Order: sequence, then C-alpha cells, then structure tokens
Amino acid sequence: MPSRQPPTSLPSERFAVDVAVVGGGLVGSAIAWGALEAGATVALLDEGDVAHRASRGNFGQIWVQGKGEGHPPYARLTQRSATLWPEFSARLGVRTGIDVGFSQPGGLTLCLSEEELATRAAIASRLDAEGGSAGMAILDRDAVARMTPLPLGDSVRGASFCPADAHANPLALLRAFHLDIQAQGGAFIPHTSVEAVRAVRGGFAIATSAGEIVAGKVVVAAGLGSAGLAASLGLDMPVRPVRGQVMVTERAAPLGDFLFTGLRQTREGSLMIGGTQEEVGFDDGTANVAMRTMSRRAVASFPDIARLDVVRCWGALRIMTPDGRPIYQQSRRYPGAFAATCHSGVTLAAAHALVVAPSIVAGDLPHELATFSADRFHVQAA
Amino acid sequence: MFKRLERGGPTVRFRFEDEEIEAVEGESVAAALLAAGIDTFRTSPLGPARAPYCMIGMCFDCLVSIDGVENRRACQVAVAPGLSVRRQSGARRVG
Repeated sequence: MPSRQPPTSLPSERFAVDVAVVGGGLVGSAIAWGALEAGATVALLDEGDVAHRASRGNFGQIWVQGKGEGHPPYARLTQRSATLWPEFSARLGVRTGIDVGFSQPGGLTLCLSEEELATRAAIASRLDAEGGSAGMAILDRDAVARMTPLPLGDSVRGASFCPADAHANPLALLRAFHLDIQAQGGAFIPHTSVEAVRAVRGGFAIATSAGEIVAGKVVVAAGLGSAGLAASLGLDMPVRPVRGQVMVTERAAPLGDFLFTGLRQTREGSLMIGGTQEEVGFDDGTANVAMRTMSRRAVASFPDIARLDVVRCWGALRIMTPDGRPIYQQSRRYPGAFAATCHSGVTLAAAHALVVAPSIVAGDLPHELATFSADRFHVQAA
Repeated sequence: MFKRLERGGPTVRFRFEDEEIEAVEGESVAAALLAAGIDTFRTSPLGPARAPYCMIGMCFDCLVSIDGVENRRACQVAVAPGLSVRRQSGARRVG
C-alpha cells in the first residue's frame, strides 16, 4: 500500500541490535521500552497507518476487575501490572514531560438488574476462591449512590467495585513510549514493514522496507498483523478482531475522579462511553444500533448524561485470542524469537515493560509467563 | 465596537444576565449581544474570556447558556422574545 510518509532510513546499512520488536503499538512499545530499561539495545519497527492500530482506538482503562477467572496466572499478571502502573507511569512522565493521565480511583461495574448483580457476585467469589479478586466487592444501590458523582438511574441495583482499577490516556502513553525509546538510545523506525525474518548465526536477519536489521532476539507484537510473521518463526498467534465502539461527548466540567465499566471522563473533560464486543471481521466502522445500546445503558445508569452532545465516535479492533488471554511464547524451533499479544495493551503495559521485557532480554520466559504459551490451544499439549 | 449596517424591522427583547437587550427580529443571539456592546460571552475551561469569532457555527467560541441549557452556540440561535441568556463559565456541567 502506498504511504505518504517519506521512506525511513536505518541508522546504518547493516543495523544490529540486541532486540528487535515488530509492532509499534502499545504491546510492542512497552516491550521495547522495557528492554531498553533492562540494558538491551533495541529497534522498534512500526508499520504505519496501514496497520490496524488497536492502540489508537483504545478506551484507556487499566482494568483488573473480574479478569483471570479460571486462570489465576492471568489474574495475577493483571493485578501485578496495576500495582506496577503508578511507579511506571511516573517514570515515563518525569522522563518525557508527558502526563499519561494515570489515576487509580477504583472502578465500578454498575448492575441494572438483580441478575447482573448476582453474576458479578459469582465472578468475585470464584476469583477469591482461585486466589484473589484484588478486593472486588459487591455494593448495594445506596453504597453506589454515595460514591458516584451524578444521580443514579432508577434501574441501578448495585455494582461491583475494585480498588485496583485505573485509567490513563492511551494516546499519551503511546507517544511517551515512542519519545522515551528514542531518548534512551533506542531506534524507533516508523513507516517500515517487515518483509521476512530468517534465522542467522547468533540471531535473526530482518528484511524490512528500510533495509536489513540484525537482531539477537526478535519479538512479534504486531497485533492482528502478527500471524504470518509468527508462523515463519515457528510461533502460533491465532488472533481475531473483535470490534469495540467508543463514543465521546463534548467536554464537561470535571465530575471528580471516578471510573465505570464503559464510562470514564478524560482529564480534558470529555465523557467516553464504550465497550461493545462485536464479531464483524476487519470492519472497524461504527454502527448506529450498537451506539444506541451503549448510550441507552449510559443514560439508564446516569440520566443526566442524556444532556450531553456526542461529538465523535469510532470503532477499533481488539486483538483476541481464542480464550481472551495473552500469548507470550518463545519459539522452540527458533529460540530467541518471541510472540507477545493481548487485548489489554493499556492494562498490561506496566507488566510488559517491567516483567515480560526483562525476561525476553534474559532469553527465558519464567513459568509465570510460559503458562501463556499458545500450546494451550492444541490438544496435544493438554 | 459593532454596529448594525441596517436599522429597522420589528424589535425583540430578551435578557442577557440581568440586562434587557433589544434586538432586531431575525438576528442571532450573538449578533444582538455584539451590537449591544457585550464582548465577553463566556470564560473558557482554562480561564480566559471568549467572544464570537466565526459567526457561522464553526468555532464554538460563542457558547452561552440559553434558557438553562449550556454550550449553545449564540450565533446559531435566533433571538426570540423572553429568552434568558447567561454567560457560561468554564466547561458545561453534566448534572
């Protein structure tokens, strides 16, 4: 596909780094940033706006509540990332001068029926039985009313609350990663697609539209564009798109720090309403029927929201694995080649930077990460 | 300050803050306020005073509260008898 951007040139004709990351979205950028922090030399390859760009349509939540049911390692990784986020975002902020807007007020999932409330209670108790729900608690309507900034709709019966839930500005986060990667001596190589990767002595030769990069390790973190490249490296990344739509209202006066499933106020004052899960292939458009459902639920939760005008809406494609959990894996056929993907690029950003990246630099995924191998999708592994 | 190019036509009275404003029928609220010498329509969320810039509905700098509804573009609302227009202070409120 033609690009309006000028061709990127590599820092040198035969450019060599310890770690090359394919994919400049939130997952790849967090890993590249973390690899630099761990002392590696790094190249981050970003294809450009022809890519699906899940990181540009993200809702911006660090969401712990309810995650990892049936898979305690995922619950632990999510909780660990939320715990690492404050220090991680502060470090990025100090370095770059970019406020990524991190705030951790705790999140509420409002329930509009007794049935919804019972479902949330069941999730919390199963998580607690499996090793921890990060303090997820069930609140009745009166308790919720005391915590919320606007009068509740009549149908709100209660909510689940988790103090670990937080939010941030995903675009600012991505920008901060890209700036700091360059400031720390990493090579950020935009508008460059990877054509092929082959194993060579001591690593990999990566043929790109800008020239060849030689890397000791290569990480495939190209979201929905990962599958082909991964397969050539003996890695399995069975991901599919799941669309989420987001609506944004005009800016409003701050309502105080709060966070709900599918509803948050940005630092700038806009309300973001979101969170559809649609199986529509690679269609990243919007659909009125979904927006009607989303806005009805938001207004049923807080009737005052009906007064705000919607100024923007968009669809974006989540990167979904068959069981919704991340994939982290080192290739058995080509050691040094790694897969990393998930649908929670914001939530897991701190873990990717400070847990996954150092493991990749060390060349070994510890058991707590190896359990996310794509081998789980094959019966032979069971 | 601004003055009308043409005089005449039936007049309409409405309120801006505690003032009574006389306008010419068919004018926008923004035109009537500017003709009355009002030069601050609102303060932005960052503090500074704002007045109309484009007068064609594009710049959103003329936002006022009209009959209790904030974020109305004064240049896109025709004057009507008895309108109650107020300056908007900062971003609109949700509740």
